[in-house]
Amino acid sequence: MSSLLAAVSADADLMVAQNVFFALISLVMVIAAVRVVTTGNVVHAALWLVVVLAGVAVQFLFLGAEFVAVTQVLVYIGAVIVLFLFGVMLTKASMGDDESVVNERRGMAGMVGLLLFAVMAIALFDSFGDKRVVIDEPQSVNTVSDSIFSQYIVPFEAVSVLLLAALIGAIVLARKD
Amino acid sequence: MMSASLLLAELSYWQQTSIRVGAGLAAVLLVAGTLVYLHLFKLVSFMQSRLGPMEAGPFGSLQLLAEVGKFLQKEDIFPRKADRFVFAAAPFVVLMSTFLLVVVVPGGPDAWFVDSELGIYLAMAVSSVSVIGILMAGWGSASKYSLLGGLRATGQLIAYELPLILAVLGVVIQAETMNMQGIVMAQAEGEIFGFGGIGNPYLLTQFVAFGVFLIAMQAELTQTPFDMPIAESELVTGYMTEYSGMRFLLFFIGEFATAGVFSAIAAVLFLGGWYIPGIDPADNLMNILGPLVMVGKIVVLTFLIFWFRFTFPRFREDQLQRLAWKFLIPIALTNIVVTGILKVAF
Repeated sequence: MSSLLAAVSADADLMVAQNVFFALISLVMVIAAVRVVTTGNVVHAALWLVVVLAGVAVQFLFLGAEFVAVTQVLVYIGAVIVLFLFGVMLTKASMGDDESVVNERRGMAGMVGLLLFAVMAIALFDSFGDKRVVIDEPQSVNTVSDSIFSQYIVPFEAVSVLLLAALIGAIVLARKD
Repeated sequence: MMSASLLLAELSYWQQTSIRVGAGLAAVLLVAGTLVYLHLFKLVSFMQSRLGPMEAGPFGSLQLLAEVGKFLQKEDIFPRKADRFVFAAAPFVVLMSTFLLVVVVPGGPDAWFVDSELGIYLAMAVSSVSVIGILMAGWGSASKYSLLGGLRATGQLIAYELPLILAVLGVVIQAETMNMQGIVMAQAEGEIFGFGGIGNPYLLTQFVAFGVFLIAMQAELTQTPFDMPIAESELVTGYMTEYSGMRFLLFFIGEFATAGVFSAIAAVLFLGGWYIPGIDPADNLMNILGPLVMVGKIVVLTFLIFWFRFTFPRFREDQLQRLAWKFLIPIALTNIVVTGILKVAF
């Protein structure tokens, strides 16, 4: 925190409010993320995850990426978490404050988490280092769509085909005959 | 949203914001109250050949205050096995989604809450948050009726969110913007075969999308014929079964406020929004007339919602899902393709 403030005060254009709120939201996200894995109730874990994902959306807003922030809400909170809760309630609807979930594979999950953190941290430092990301103005929808459908058209199509394959796979698994 | 925003140019940011918050509260609560009185009390009574509430105030117009007073006096009951925090928070999540939804609706050239480029996309995103509140209510109540109601609601809301969004896409393609003000202006400046007298409300070109949007909206609001989540003959009142007093009131307000806000969005998308033919859209007068026009259109569209609600019998669960996935979504997708082709061709 102190290094963050020092870095800011060295800068000419102070963005105090932005940094304060970044710290606050990050704190909330970290607490919620810890609760996701420590709570013994599956539904509570999903609801804590909502807080984490909403925090991610707010962080995108701080970066001026409105479209990505709204997509985050629509896809993750509006669809992924809802499907997750729906699945939990359809299969194992232990109601009330039941704290019976056991996390048997804690060690393994911790390892995967650490590994993922290492990979992402290295990737971030590798591509950005101590470069300053200047955000002059909010990113417009036109910019996003232009870059998706020109520069990144191949990855976009690849992801689309992957999703289609997953969709067909789900149908194949669900069919009885 | 109201006339106060005429002065916004001279107000500082926090003053503008407090006016917008106040206007937003009014836009949600006043509209919800009007709809309850006009449609739930009076329209239904008329359809059923009775008078409806007549005692409180002239023509029973203060009945609503009496009802609110009654609900506030009631005990706030928690079921013994309920998850207290989740149970208590659920109505607020649902109502928050409604309040966030109203911010995209414009009422005039300067009378807007948030003039976001994302507009309608933002609305679709925040409206999907209410599903979490309904699931919280259904699960947190620790009652089998509530859980069944919550599950039914979720299945229904997921299914009908798709045709809703796909119907909106036709309008977005034609208007070339997702901004709500942009959609209003695109309709105001449009022409019908060269005749620009009344603009070009997208009801004329996007009538397929309008039909799909109305049906999907009815289902999103869980109004009859799509009211399986709260089917009173099967599930008591579904996910609301265990709620009483103030928290039930919040769900009740949320139901009618969301009906009003969705109608407002439909009015902007298909009926030309706050634009009045013959008056320059940039005129300051529109900041006062615009909100009134919007309220008029909201009343007309909610009349349709409640007309359907009180005349159709309830669907069966499988019929409901079939209607969404096998009819509405293909129709909406076809509409998008046709709109896209026509947009490129002309």
